[in-house]
Amino acid sequence: MANELMVDNILDQGVLDAQAIKNDFPIFKEVKQDPFVYLDSAASSQRPYSVIKSMDDYYRQTHANVHRGVYRIAEQATNLYENARCHLGKFLGAPHPELEIVFTKNATEAFNLFAQGYGRKFLSPRDVVLITKMEHHANIVPWMILKEQIGFELRFLDFDDDGQLILDDIEEKLKGVKILGVTMASNVLGTINPVKELTQMAHSVGAVVIADGAQYSPHFTTNVKDLGVDAYCTTAHKMLGPTGIGALWAKRSILQEMYPFLGGGEMIQNVTTEGFTTNDIPHKFEAGTPPIAEAVGLDAALTYLEGVSLTAIRAHELSLLTYAMDLMEERFGSRIKVFGPRDPKKRSGVISFELEGVHPHDVSQILDQEGVCVRAGHHCAKPLMTSLNVPATARASFYLYNTEEDVEALVAALERTEDFFK
Amino acid sequence: MSGLEDLYREIILDHYKNPRNQGTLETPPAVVEQGYNPLCGDEVKVFLVVEDEIVKDIKIDGQGCSISRSSASLMSNAVKGKSVKDAQTTIRTFKKMLALKDEDDIDGETIEPINEHTVGELIALQGVVKFPVRIKCATLPWNTLTQALQSAMAK
Repeated sequence: MANELMVDNILDQGVLDAQAIKNDFPIFKEVKQDPFVYLDSAASSQRPYSVIKSMDDYYRQTHANVHRGVYRIAEQATNLYENARCHLGKFLGAPHPELEIVFTKNATEAFNLFAQGYGRKFLSPRDVVLITKMEHHANIVPWMILKEQIGFELRFLDFDDDGQLILDDIEEKLKGVKILGVTMASNVLGTINPVKELTQMAHSVGAVVIADGAQYSPHFTTNVKDLGVDAYCTTAHKMLGPTGIGALWAKRSILQEMYPFLGGGEMIQNVTTEGFTTNDIPHKFEAGTPPIAEAVGLDAALTYLEGVSLTAIRAHELSLLTYAMDLMEERFGSRIKVFGPRDPKKRSGVISFELEGVHPHDVSQILDQEGVCVRAGHHCAKPLMTSLNVPATARASFYLYNTEEDVEALVAALERTEDFFK
Repeated sequence: MSGLEDLYREIILDHYKNPRNQGTLETPPAVVEQGYNPLCGDEVKVFLVVEDEIVKDIKIDGQGCSISRSSASLMSNAVKGKSVKDAQTTIRTFKKMLALKDEDDIDGETIEPINEHTVGELIALQGVVKFPVRIKCATLPWNTLTQALQSAMAK
């Protein structure tokens, strides 16, 4: 299947000065560790001064609860919060940014909101929810919980040796499907999935599509309208923003139809002893005091990303990825196994690998002694690990502040790991 | 790599590369219990044959990092042939060594002081204490053994 999300010749489209960018991130100066080679941005990125300062300024100068007070700083806080919503909406290409972004705690909560808000309303025991074996648990377990509650078939799309979804029998797989959940980019394999094409096929059988953008929006220009999907989840802390805030984007009509999820203040229009009526979207889904400072931080993170440009970020990551894959191949040959697409252009900036004879946990431990931070484990994707027939992998991931020196430090540390366990 | 040498002592690497008592036992007569470390995906199976309150045989199966594998291997050596009561004492002593049990006296029973004479080769795993994330790796087989002993005694 074609995949419109893959862009060739991207290397010509822009480069960035990663060393200069590194200087914008205080952690690289203030961390109590030398050397500090951070290769775990797929788990959580670091954040620039501007993000930290925006949150600090907000708490020092503006803080009040939102959507409540009529006094000036309450209004300012509300404006900052709503501006952040609009900014994220525009960043994702939402047609109605002020209405279609629901702030959540993280992408995981966004999936739970959609499963319980949309799935619980529209699924019946005869229906099918189709997901893939490369989903993060966030796009698996909420469906399993819902399945226990109402009963339906949860079906999986498999993937091949190159980490590509197997779509030969997609028409068969789509039979009876009401909801398709698919990741834009696998957090383990890096595979960039053909979500636009899959969405067209899902729509032709009347299914709605929710995409997992947690590993995509930090690294690629996102346009939900162009993708055609019906709902999209993302999170701030993987794109230079703070922890504690993520978002569900969904089409206005879908949000209007969805059941509320969390109940409480702010999400209601009226409450009597008899019952309640819900607030308008998006507030209908934001019960309680929201993460206001975090929204302000996210706003600043998006501004930073736009300043650098997502195109340049992708070009930079692709260049690091290519360098790293080549260097690993050159130094280790068949003693290192990299999972996922062999062509760097087909993947995002993550490399999951297995070093022959050394458990990923031990790899990560030795690398830590060399100052290199990588993730080891199942990456919250156990069905994927089962498909790969491994208990765990080590994973290095790149972002805008990583340099070729970081890649070289990784490879050198892997060589020492190999020596250690020889 | 001075800190690392505390973690990866030669004896640990030896038990990782050449694990003792590896394999499976027929159930029954053996009992089997399985343990998982959800953090890293490690899994261990402990097969146990207990006769006349003696650990007659033990086999370890599963997959994991060097710390969990070597800990399982050392554990199998440490309890094989011992009485169930002595095996349980060894478990408690081991957990004390990893600072998981602060009290010298647990459940009215005194735990031996930790040194090479009392814990033997297990002392090699003492360095794990300096790496808190890895304590779970080292204790996974021991927690599974506790369950297996309970299953065996309940039969």
